[in-house]
Amino acid sequence: MSVIEETIQPGVNIHPIDKLLRADRLPHILCPGCGIGTVIHGYAHAIAASGLDEDQHVCVSGIGCSGRAAGYVNVDSYHSTHGRALPFALGIAVHKPELNVTVISGDGDLTAIGGNHLIHAARRNVNLNVICINNFNYGMTGGQVGPTTPIGAKGTTAPQGAVEQPFNLPYLAKATGAIFVARWTILHVREFQDAVLRSMQKKGFCFIEVLAPCPTSFGRANKIGDGAHEVEIYRERCRVENGATNLEELDIDLIDESKSITVGNFVDVEREPFLA
Amino acid sequence: MGTNAVAAKPQADQESRIRTGNHFMLGDHACAEGALAADLDFFAGYPITPSTEIAEHLARRLPALGGRFVQMEDELGSMAAIIGASAAGARSLTATSGPGFSLMMENIGLAAMMEIPCVVADVQRASPSTGLPTMVGQSDILQARWGSHGDYGIIAYCPASPQECFDLTVRAFNAADQYRVPVFIMMDEVIGHMTERVIIPAANDLPMSHRKGPRTAPGGEPFFSFAPDEDLVPPIAHAGEGYKVHMTGLTHDERGYPALDPETHDKLINRLVDKIRLNASDIVMYDEIGVDDADTIVISFGCTARSARHAVNQARDERMKCGLLRLITVWPFPETRIRELIKRGNVKRFIVPEVNLGQLRREVERLTDLPVLRLNHAGGTMPVPDAILELIRS
Ligand code: SF4
Repeated sequence: MSVIEETIQPGVNIHPIDKLLRADRLPHILCPGCGIGTVIHGYAHAIAASGLDEDQHVCVSGIGCSGRAAGYVNVDSYHSTHGRALPFALGIAVHKPELNVTVISGDGDLTAIGGNHLIHAARRNVNLNVICINNFNYGMTGGQVGPTTPIGAKGTTAPQGAVEQPFNLPYLAKATGAIFVARWTILHVREFQDAVLRSMQKKGFCFIEVLAPCPTSFGRANKIGDGAHEVEIYRERCRVENGATNLEELDIDLIDESKSITVGNFVDVEREPFLA
Repeated sequence: MGTNAVAAKPQADQESRIRTGNHFMLGDHACAEGALAADLDFFAGYPITPSTEIAEHLARRLPALGGRFVQMEDELGSMAAIIGASAAGARSLTATSGPGFSLMMENIGLAAMMEIPCVVADVQRASPSTGLPTMVGQSDILQARWGSHGDYGIIAYCPASPQECFDLTVRAFNAADQYRVPVFIMMDEVIGHMTERVIIPAANDLPMSHRKGPRTAPGGEPFFSFAPDEDLVPPIAHAGEGYKVHMTGLTHDERGYPALDPETHDKLINRLVDKIRLNASDIVMYDEIGVDDADTIVISFGCTARSARHAVNQARDERMKCGLLRLITVWPFPETRIRELIKRGNVKRFIVPEVNLGQLRREVERLTDLPVLRLNHAGGTMPVPDAILELIRS
């Protein structure tokens, strides 16, 4: 028995969400300071709070660091192909509407290679909870820019800084028909969990963007420092505005320090779900 | 006219899953009816000529039977959706043609790797690229075998009539479930758009098999989704059944967890190939005319086999020692049978007519030093019997 196990009281050495994680797969592959672990943790808490049996939950992800999320949650979980998590999840959700299907994947996976599936799943109002971990770059492949990289931010494929207009994901999700749209960061642990829980309770396409540090790739290239420093930026610059209606103005500018980052639960409406 | 002409009329009842009786039916519709008879639960597809009639027919029929029909945004999504639905236990189908089949290759590899059963009907048209969208081709045959990156095993059937579109679709679902693989129904435009008699048997006369499920109750010992039985096929548990499965396209261990080392990879990929290769004698289907005494054997499949049959019968009427080997499964390729025929010693040559520039001819050449005569057209039309007959006479 290890020193830690010996010193812990009998019966309290199991964390309440341990059973929702695949402890046999730890340690995980994520870098120190990465925000993805916090997202997985939040999802597990939302499962626990959902009141549904764990066996009613399914997790699907695509490819990339965020795509590894499905490998760590102890529910039926599928690590699909790059960009195809949403149609894969659609198959599950439509065939077994009683299941609560959550897609956890990255910004590149869901909005670049999977962008077409995103807008169509939202349009159809497929009964899915989508957690889009936005770390502004392709982390796993070493920090290339993508469709969420803020203008001016650097990546290995844009050494002088990104020049393309990035997606404003809450605006996109709302415009394409999502019935629940939120943006939080991994600093907003409780709010994020609540948003995931709200998604689980709603029938239809729910989209949560969660900003997360990628210190290894994005942080280093943009001199943000470690994960804690990026979380510090969130703390300084995030402004909570639940119910914000001006989603078209919610672009994220990490370079201009005078600009705030708006977070909150923005959309919460009802619409007939797709084959649910 | 035979007695069948007055037998059961097609049922008017839209709700009946199996339309037992004699029909005058389009090949594409026969494929759709075969899927319904095989208990299809889920269809996802994208419109493409000449397969669209399969989707249209299922859009009318499947929802009324409690199944789900989804028109997807593209074939990438269609393929992913049928894998997802099957992961949740559905018998699932998509239908497409060359350009869509190309897009599906990515997730066909995923289905092979996750060992999730599913069925794809590819109604081949003249290719490559957009080619001749409304005209026949047989040029996706090698793509069906090798189209997704890497090594894996699959099964592909080649119907030569609307009746076989029905029969082989039923069989495709059974084989997909039995071997946990993607199965292809390699139709072609001529067969898909041909209307002929189709006899749909009574439900009890349809061969139906099921997936092997876990042998332990959920909640106990972890279930190993990739621990094979002796037939190299592992039992499967579906989403929502309580087994907390994990499936990934990454190289994985028997539990399903990523295991990124060369030994695990080599073992896994060999099994994916071997579970089809070593079970080939149970999977392979063909039929033959007069091969026993033949010095010339025509090897053919799909629409081309109809011309070949006509030519071979005529040649035999003219007392030529000619036979036909019609491939019903193109994959696995019936190489054992072809080797047997060669071993008998009386075969002097093969003729392989096909609507492509020699894709299956290559497979035959791989097995023999005997001459393998070609009769090819790139697509848009198919070899007529006279052309094959002329080659037999030559
Ligand atoms: S590369 Fe970035 S996103 Fe990937 S695990 Fe490391 S910190 Fe996280």
